[in-house]
Parts: sequence; structure tokens; C-alpha cells
Amino acid sequence: MEVTISNIRKEFERFPALNDVSLKIASGELIALLGPSGSGKTTLLRLIAGLDFPTSGKIFFGDQDASHHSVQDRNVGFVFQHYALFRHMTVAENIGFGLKVRPAGSRPPKAEIRRRVSDLLEMVQLGGLDKRYPNQLSGGQRQRVALARAMAIEPRILLLDEPFGALDAKVRKELRRWLREFHDRTGHTTVFVTHDQEEALELADRVVVMSQGKIEQVGSADDVYDRPGSPFVFSFIGESSQLPVEVKDGTMLFQGQPIGISEPGDGAGELFFRPEDVTLVDAPDALFGKVTACRRLAGTRIAEIDIANDGHAPYHVEVEVPLHAPIELGSEARFRPTRWKVFRN
Amino acid sequence: MIHNATASPAKWRLKQPSIIPGFGLTLGFSLAYLSLIILIPVAGLLWRTAGLGWSGFFAVLTDRRTLDALYISFGTAFVAALVNVVFGTVVAWVLTRYNFPGRRLIDAIVDLPFALPTAVAGIALAALYAPNGWVGSLFMPFRIAFTPLGIVVALVFIGLPFVVRTVQPVMEELDREVEEAAATLGANRFQTISKVILPGLTPAILTGFALAFARGVGEYGSVIFIAGNIPYVSEIAPLLIVIRLEEFNYAGATAIATIMLIISFVMLFIINLIQAWNRRRYGNV
Repeated sequence: MEVTISNIRKEFERFPALNDVSLKIASGELIALLGPSGSGKTTLLRLIAGLDFPTSGKIFFGDQDASHHSVQDRNVGFVFQHYALFRHMTVAENIGFGLKVRPAGSRPPKAEIRRRVSDLLEMVQLGGLDKRYPNQLSGGQRQRVALARAMAIEPRILLLDEPFGALDAKVRKELRRWLREFHDRTGHTTVFVTHDQEEALELADRVVVMSQGKIEQVGSADDVYDRPGSPFVFSFIGESSQLPVEVKDGTMLFQGQPIGISEPGDGAGELFFRPEDVTLVDAPDALFGKVTACRRLAGTRIAEIDIANDGHAPYHVEVEVPLHAPIELGSEARFRPTRWKVFRN
Repeated sequence: MIHNATASPAKWRLKQPSIIPGFGLTLGFSLAYLSLIILIPVAGLLWRTAGLGWSGFFAVLTDRRTLDALYISFGTAFVAALVNVVFGTVVAWVLTRYNFPGRRLIDAIVDLPFALPTAVAGIALAALYAPNGWVGSLFMPFRIAFTPLGIVVALVFIGLPFVVRTVQPVMEELDREVEEAAATLGANRFQTISKVILPGLTPAILTGFALAFARGVGEYGSVIFIAGNIPYVSEIAPLLIVIRLEEFNYAGATAIATIMLIISFVMLFIINLIQAWNRRRYGNV
């Protein structure tokens, strides 16, 4: 099911939680809504589900305007952050709930419900646990019951709110891979919310980066990491450093001095670069500062460098350096970015 | 709450080593306190009853007036507790789910039956529900006051806060996500309430029921003003005990009290068993 979100605005007591958001989700796509808390990602997910209604704007399921359809009519599978399982029902009763509450005309017969429930249990690899109660399951198992329950109603779209937020790191990693396989097998259009960029980049076909009620950028993991479209995306995804620069006659100046890289288009702006896109140089036209800390990070070394800013707090920059590089605490390091982006003020 | 699943019943020890000190002191205090306030009076009650012997006890037990009084006491308390389960749950729902002007006032009013002298409540209710009272006159020729129905009215008044105050906190803790989950699965509002919300509240409602019921069985002050106290018709067991005392028939009084005690204990015990069974199934609800 293709979903189109068109100029959605949502206010909570006059405070805009979402501001003119538009997004097209292709059928069968796995999409991540990524952003810090308060960015509006969960609000957007709830609007798609019909758990909240937009202040203005429309949501289409296929060609059908679903903006005013109730949550019951939208037929979406929603997996809540804390699973929201019915604790007084067994696993099987939980999964079968959506089928059992259907009106008499469209409700499958009991045997059919039982068969579907056991199929779903197999699908989420929880066969044999049908008679357990939710409090007798581990977090990861509960998560999969919640997923099976959402899948039981054959939803047109699957929505997951921070699906791995409450799990420990190891289970989270396993479930992440498992969800990707599950999606590839079932082909449901899936939208999930996360504040964990690693999760979003690894799992999703496309990542929607959100901030302050707006979509900052939509793209593949490569797009948002290698070609960030805004200062927010550059600093939010991955590690980065930021310096105020000026471009004059195609040369980049920092604190009035050339730093050995060229950039078209004159004017002031903010220079962004990642720690790994830096090379140490031995030349006068480069960035330089005092090494304040040096730490080993897996196969590389990260140097923290303070660049003096006469009178003000120094600029803090992190660069990746080769393991054998002659970097000493307190010494001066000179470096240039090899890949960078300037966002004009 | 700590679920004590790991403690092995075979190796029962009086004192588990614990980093929280004061076990001996607090247990000693609890036992002394419970003895003085509850166990010794109850023992005295049983001892006085024993003076009757089995035949004397059975004579009191099978006396028509005793049986009718017990039937009225437990019957009206049961009906009143049932009524309170329904209305108390609705009141708790309104107080937790909606915000409206006067909500805090209503919240405070719920506690009034706790504070008001029961005799005052009984007199007020009797005046209101008497055949010539404001409410009572509306129902004529059907009589409310001075019938078992009047007793139920008084016990509903007395028992209401028990249900509201036990259900309310649990209702506040209910996870809104669970309701939303039911909605996304296609359940309408009625199905959500009957299949998802109410089962979650059952333990609290059951506790509220037990408390209201127990309070109703023992209630004296408010009931005697509205009941009419006609033997075999609207005479409650506590009143019969007082009557026996006034006749200096102490053994007869304690015998009725003992019977009440046994029935109440068995009923509360059964309710507790149901609660424990619930807890085992769903975890600590």
C-alpha cells in the first residue's frame, strides 16, 4: 500500500508538533523516521495510524483519502514501544484479538482463527508459546508477539514506534536483522520510528530525518550520511566538526587565514567535515590546534584538537589519525579536511 | 511488589538474613498489636460461644430469627457491594478519565461516607427515602425505607468509597497504549472496554467488592435507622446481637457473632484465593 502524506500540520494546544510535512512512501518500502526527541516523528507515525488527527493536511492510502477514517477503519498494524500486550490474555489470545473483534459478518470461524494464530506464531518463531501470558515472556519475545498481533489483521501498512527501544543491545541487534528479513519475506509497507541512527541507517530502505516538526532530508543511508542536505543532518548523523569560514576568490579562509582548500562561490558559511575525512599535513596553510586528548577507537585513533579563538572558548574538533601518526598530547597538529561541505549563512 | 517465587517452602526459616534491619522488632510489634486489637477479642468471642456447647450453638444457629437476620445481613451487603462495583467503577472512571469543573469537589465528596458518623447518614437517608420523604414519596406505593431495600441503600452509601478508592489508582495506572492497541486491531469502544480495560481492573474491583461487602456485613449505625428492624423481615444480624446482649443472653450474642465471623472469613478467604490465582496468571497486576 502506497502512502502519501500531504502538507500535514499538527498542533498540540497551538504548539506545532508537525509543520507542513509531506512524504511519499512507496508500496513495500521500509522507511525509518529518524530524529531527536521532540522532532515530531512519533506524532507523524500516530497520524498515519489514525491515533491522532492532523490539524490540516491530508493522508492518502493509495488513492483513497484516509485523513478522516478512524483508526479501526484504517486497518494498520501498529507496534507500540512498550508492546502494549493484553496481559490478561495468552499469547494466542493476544494474536487472535484483532480477528475475534471483527463484526460477525467478516469474522473468520474459530478454527480458522486458531490456524492463523499458529501460522503467525511460527512466522515470528514463537511456536509452542501460545499458552503463555505476556509476563512470562522476555522483552524480545513480547516484541515479536506484538508484531504477530499487528500482522494478524492483515494490515495495509505496518507501523512500529521505537520497536527496539526497550531491549538490551544484543537482542536489539538480533531483532533488527530479523525484522529486515521479516520485511523482505512479507513485503509489507513498513514505517518505523527511531532515535538510533545506526538502526535507521542499517535497516531502512530510506531514512526520513526529522527535526523540530519538519522533514530535514529523505534519502538512502548513503544519501543522508555522504550527502547531508542541511547542517542539522550533517551534525545529527554520524560524527562531525563545524567551523565558521569565509570563501574569498575560491579560497577558504578560517580566521582570515587560508587553510589550503578551495571552494567555489564567495561568502561566509559553516564548514562541516567528518573525523575520518581529515588528513594531517605539514604546511603553513592548514587548520591547526593543540591536541588535548587522544583515544584509541577500534582500528583507529581519535585526536581531540582545540583551535584557539582569540579570547573566546576554543573550537573543539575531532579528527581521525593513523595509529602510527606522531601525535602527542599538548603538541600542535596541522590538518586539512579532504571531504567537506560548506553551508552558507 | 516482590514476587516470592524462589523461596523454597521446604526449608522454612523464621528469619531470612536481610540487609534491612528490624525484622525481629517489627514482627514482634505486629504480633503484639494484632493480639491486643484482634486476636484476643476474637478468642474471647470463641471462648464465650464455647460455653454454649454444640447443642446450644446449633439451637442458636437454626433459630429462624437468627437465620433470617444472617440472610438479610449477608444478602443486603452482597447486593449493595454489587451495586457499588458498578457505580463505584463508573465514578472512578469519571474521576480519572475526564477533566471537568468540580472534579476535585466530587473527588472529595466520595470520601464523605468515611467521615460522616454512620448514624447521621442513616437518619438522613431514612428521612429522604421514607414514604413521606423527598425521594421515597416518588416511589409510593413502593416502599424503600423500612424494608431490606432501605438497608441496601444505606450500605451502598457506606460502601461506595471502598470501591472508588481501590479502583481509581489502578485505573490511573492503566496504559493508554493498550487501549490504542485494541483500537488499531479494529476493536470498537465497547469491545475495548469489555475485553481489555475491565479484565485489567478485575483484581481491583474484586478487592473493592470485598471491602464494601465486609463493611456492609458489619455496618450497624446507619442501617438501624432506615431498616425498620422488623424481626424476620428487616432485622440485621448485628442488631440481633445487640438485642441478645440487652437480654443478658451473652452466649446467644457471641454465638451469632461467631457465625458471622466464620461466614465472613470464608468469603474473604475465597476472594483472596481468586486474587492470588489472578496474580499467578497475569503477574502482579
